[in-house]
Amino acid sequence: MKMMTMVNLVRGSVMKIHGLSRVSLCVPAVCGVRGLSSTSGPKVCIVGGGPAGFYTAQQLLKARQEASVDIYEKLPVPFGLVRFGVAPDHPEVKNVINTFTQTAQHERCSFHGNVNVGKDVTIDELRQAYHAVVLSYGAEGNRSMGIPGEGLAGVFSAKDFVGWYNGLPSNKELHPDLGCETAVILGQGNVALDVARILLAPLDMLKETDITQNALEALAGSKVRRVLIVGRRGPLQIACTIKELREMVNLPNTRADMLSDDFKGIAEALKDLPRPRKRLTELMMKAVKEKGDDKVEKCWGFRFFRSPVEVLAGADGKRATGIRLALNKLEGSGESVRAEPTGQLEDVGCGLIISSIGYKSIPIDPAVPFDPRKAIVPNEMGRVQDTAGLYCSGWVKRGPTGVIATTMNDSFDTARAIIQDMEAGKLDVSVSKPGAPAITALLQKRDVRTVLFPQWEKINAEEEKRGKSLGKPREKLLDVDKMLKIAWS
Amino acid sequence: MSACALRVFLQRVAVMRKAAHQTLSQTRAFPQCVTGSYTHSRGINTLTNPLRSEEKVTVHFLNRDGKRITVNALTGESLLDVVVNQDLDIDGFGACEGTLACSTCHLIFEEAVYKKLGPITDEEMDMLDLAYGLTDTSRLGCQVCLRKDLDGMILRVPDMISDARVESEKESSAAPPKV
Repeated sequence: MKMMTMVNLVRGSVMKIHGLSRVSLCVPAVCGVRGLSSTSGPKVCIVGGGPAGFYTAQQLLKARQEASVDIYEKLPVPFGLVRFGVAPDHPEVKNVINTFTQTAQHERCSFHGNVNVGKDVTIDELRQAYHAVVLSYGAEGNRSMGIPGEGLAGVFSAKDFVGWYNGLPSNKELHPDLGCETAVILGQGNVALDVARILLAPLDMLKETDITQNALEALAGSKVRRVLIVGRRGPLQIACTIKELREMVNLPNTRADMLSDDFKGIAEALKDLPRPRKRLTELMMKAVKEKGDDKVEKCWGFRFFRSPVEVLAGADGKRATGIRLALNKLEGSGESVRAEPTGQLEDVGCGLIISSIGYKSIPIDPAVPFDPRKAIVPNEMGRVQDTAGLYCSGWVKRGPTGVIATTMNDSFDTARAIIQDMEAGKLDVSVSKPGAPAITALLQKRDVRTVLFPQWEKINAEEEKRGKSLGKPREKLLDVDKMLKIAWS
Repeated sequence: MSACALRVFLQRVAVMRKAAHQTLSQTRAFPQCVTGSYTHSRGINTLTNPLRSEEKVTVHFLNRDGKRITVNALTGESLLDVVVNQDLDIDGFGACEGTLACSTCHLIFEEAVYKKLGPITDEEMDMLDLAYGLTDTSRLGCQVCLRKDLDGMILRVPDMISDARVESEKESSAAPPKV
């Protein structure tokens, strides 16, 4: 059996191991791609198979009846953060997968998984094959706290922790130690609340979700009883939304443990707040007042006006045993209120520290402009700066905030910009472009075999089958190799 | 299977799946009409004559492009049902398929009509709070069911956020949610 061949790409050599594939097997370009192989319609390529990619595709297909769209995704499985980010106990949020599935099955759309754009194929090569290329690859990195001790055992980014309980292959070896009583989460957005909730939720509820079995087992043995969610500013600046806060307040067998000092002056400020912020703050105040029964073992609480300055190690110097926080005061007003240190410090003993201060996009190809300060691809309304024919949508365009609907609107905007450019002649769609067959041929030469949508559906069926025997909607496969084996079986 | 029939089917599956997963959010009840559409609890009359207690209602949607879409629908249907069943061309409507996990079915009512609508739950309000362009007469379409006395009402489909409005978002009462 022929194994891999050494391939020299533009930026160096890449050894691609696809041990389970034979180079001589059937060409996917012919088998899986529906319909139009040699149309003259506009051909668009989308890099990233998450919500941004799918919503952009959806809008393009709808707006131009002759356009065809190809979605390239690094993993063998589609859907991005809907699969790996949305909490297991929020299955309704994942309903969008239904509409994405319809898009992928559209006759003018095809999905190509297991393609690492930037390594297996370059952006320039994609631009040669397509009339337009859309970057929708999201934010796979995370912001670091930038404090001493961040690398100690017991410290994780929320991105990795969430990836771990959601079965992201690169996080399967995380093995977080849940043997401590107190966990401290830095950041107070919805991701921070998801993590807190998963740490404290009754097992009865989690065990019927698509949380991974190994995470479930780790949580079953967890000694974590107290979760503090720390933010550098005050209650009026909290970034989470009310639905997630309500879920914490209503979490069975837990009680809220807040500091009334943190809420000085808040009651007076309520009347001037717009309704959404007002309701959120009122709910928090209610949680402060109704302290709950001390006998209830599990507790959670916000801690405001605190910034992390150092992770403290135990005697062996290897493991986190606490975190040093700087106390802040607020300066300024309105949306630009900022935290200024007072000089006071506070140490909190804890064995698990999760930093939830933001995801971060990374550059994947030197040919693409990238703003390292904002960590986004510089653009105007989705048109990449100084680069005709290149667009972006989703977090890589706007930064890593917002819910799925925000990304949906944003992706529709980018699609509209592309359509406008086609209609105005800024994108020359009269010149013929080869599209997917050219890229598939390139990939084949480099020993990269793609996963087409019907092949993902085999992975999907297998996961649902495994889930069924466990009473869960699915049991996710954690290994890329296992996914590929099933896809290509 | 036609696109809208598929969507209705998927919505039904989603509702049933959601009902099966009623765990942490124990207060997340559906309005009677939403569950009612699929797991019906109608009056005795309908056992013998299924169409008798359903009546036709006319509804007008003022779409984002300014065009008016007039439809005839049945009492008991939610406004999300109407949009889905009749395949109305409203971009991105009903992303979570009626499970109170998004705000994309946000609709703006005439004041007199708004006052006649049923009570709004905390759960609906929580999601509505995230909607762009929130007004005092806003509701989520998936939670409002048609009745005879709503015949002829005009619903405005609010604009979605777009890049050009990123700056003005900051001033609006419904700032975009963080993750």
